[in-house]
Amino acid sequence: MATLNNIQAINQTLAEQMEKDPKVVVYGEDVGHEGGVFRATVGLQKKFGSKRCFDTPVSEAGLVGAGVGMAVNGLKPVAEIQFSGFMLPAFNQIVAHVSRMRNRSRGKYNVPMVIRMPYGGGIRALEHHSESQEALFGHIPGLKVVIPSTPYDTKGLLTSAIQDPDPVIFMEPKRIYRAFKQEVPDEEFTIPIGKAKVVKSGTDITVVAWGAMVREVQKAIKTLEEEGISVELIDLRTISPIDQTTIIESVQKTGRFLVVHEAVRSFGPGAELIALVNQHAFLSLEAPPSRLTGFDIIVPLDKGEHHYLINPQRIIYEIKKIIKF
Amino acid sequence: MLTKKYDPLKRKKLTILDETGSIVEKTLEPELSKDKLLEMYKVMLLGRIADIKGVQFQRQGRMLTYVINKGQEAAQVGVAAAMEKRDWLVPGFREFSALLYRGATLEQSYLYWYGNELGSKFNDDVKILPVNITIGAQLNHAVGIGMASDILGKDEVVVTYIGDGGTSEGEFHEALNFAAVFNAPVVFIIQNNHYAISFPRSKQTKTLTLAQKAIAYGIPGIQVDGNDPLAVYAATKEAIERARKGDGPTLIEAETYRLGAHTTSDDPTIYREDKEVEAWSKKDPLIRFKTYLTSKGYWSDKEDEKLNEELADYVTESFKKVEKTGLIPLEDIFKYHFAEMPPHLVEQYEEYKAYLQEVKE
Repeated sequence: MATLNNIQAINQTLAEQMEKDPKVVVYGEDVGHEGGVFRATVGLQKKFGSKRCFDTPVSEAGLVGAGVGMAVNGLKPVAEIQFSGFMLPAFNQIVAHVSRMRNRSRGKYNVPMVIRMPYGGGIRALEHHSESQEALFGHIPGLKVVIPSTPYDTKGLLTSAIQDPDPVIFMEPKRIYRAFKQEVPDEEFTIPIGKAKVVKSGTDITVVAWGAMVREVQKAIKTLEEEGISVELIDLRTISPIDQTTIIESVQKTGRFLVVHEAVRSFGPGAELIALVNQHAFLSLEAPPSRLTGFDIIVPLDKGEHHYLINPQRIIYEIKKIIKF
Repeated sequence: MLTKKYDPLKRKKLTILDETGSIVEKTLEPELSKDKLLEMYKVMLLGRIADIKGVQFQRQGRMLTYVINKGQEAAQVGVAAAMEKRDWLVPGFREFSALLYRGATLEQSYLYWYGNELGSKFNDDVKILPVNITIGAQLNHAVGIGMASDILGKDEVVVTYIGDGGTSEGEFHEALNFAAVFNAPVVFIIQNNHYAISFPRSKQTKTLTLAQKAIAYGIPGIQVDGNDPLAVYAATKEAIERARKGDGPTLIEAETYRLGAHTTSDDPTIYREDKEVEAWSKKDPLIRFKTYLTSKGYWSDKEDEKLNEELADYVTESFKKVEKTGLIPLEDIFKYHFAEMPPHLVEQYEEYKAYLQEVKE
């Protein structure tokens, strides 16, 4: 078993799946020769050749649209969008075609494609490099949306995504690409898409988070536990489809609910989760279900970004407010 | 007409001042005053020094990711110098010296790379759009500005920039077609610096030149030596005149070279050889321009040394000012989304202020 960070886990998984299935092709801007701007695909072109791992011209619409064609004609494309903020030229392909081909052709064609993209803030980057757009994808019928938060989950979920018969948007929290390491099995394993994980059980409140926010909640929990507040933390892992059962059962037990996400508030995943809790666990609630999210603003550049990003202190503050209600 | 004589389909490239600093096309040498030439040189040198120091500041953790311009000063200042005050500049993100020449202050540009959006708010009389990070989108904005000039009867020309990689984006092609169809007064400049991060120009497109892409849209195109400020100036001047007369857009490919990394996050040693960089260093636009100015009797080594020192101090002082005053007031991250802040945003702002107050106490 090797100790890997998130980037290394991606790299190992891609290599493993390429080895196993000759239909898997990995491509995108700077993905081939350089191995990706974050080095997620380092060594793959050398190992598998430039027909299996290649660079594309600077053309996101082109590379996603071509992925639809490759998928229809028998390949399993794993495309990388360099930053999720650069996904927008490809959004037409994703919304109008990637997600719809199976339904449109009544099952004759499917698009077993994975579109990987780093997302989220906290790296002192330029404009369009810090957004969290999972709600945009979660809103599209026909797409699965997955976000890992640890190297172990990265491998298990990416393996599932590549093997899935339908398109998966695989969003990678870039600020924790290299933040920590974890033991990851060398052999193949999968984590089911659509299944959340109870990271820590507790009795006073259910907190749902994903991506980089999971660690922030974990830091908050340390302080809260010292003060006698018992938190149940759920890592959603899959944004769409949501694992309803795990969340509902947890809220039925704790009676309180907070969702923490980095994405902007309005029409965000938090609203979806709160609707779910209200509908299915209403009678268990001891306080209004709540959300701690980014503000409804454009992610500020570095000198304003710390106001936007959610830190453990704000999580603690929010949880105490709910407990006191 | 330069675009006729230097047909990109025949791989003709315009050079007036070659890399040794000699004039190779005497009849095309622009008639520029000593003052104008020195102004161009000074901005190029300021751009170079500020760029090198910008990288240093970033390495010291004092700036965010920084886009490097070194080596592309002629392709920037040569263009800007050919524009009139009333003309618009619509940049991508690697036009540092063009912005400086067109009236953006060094402090403003530094403030942007320091991580404050206020650095994109240029002075009222400066017609420059903010730096655009998404590849290619700015070209259509430029076309629209040109269309508005036409519809409103304003005497303006729009100059817009993209890189070699950006020519693969759909928006590049849509913008050229739009500009051509609407006969918009736009000059498109491609800074071909040979790399889109790691991806070489030779793989980006099958065409021999980028300038020849103009032909398919029914507009003139020309490839110029992008490290020759005089060639860049002459081609841009002609294109601007054509646009101003109502004869429509032009595509100019300025062939240059990015001597530094793509950004401070990039390691170019992965994808290119040192000897390639060394070869292009010999074609440095600043060296040849200085030789030219010296040969004309306009400039000397002594003056150059003095200017280098002055600019270095000016750059350091400018950045120190940015560091002193560059923090973002909390209100700024909320208040610029709409003419008036809607209630839900006011609520979020007030709640957050209350939170900050409470945790402080």
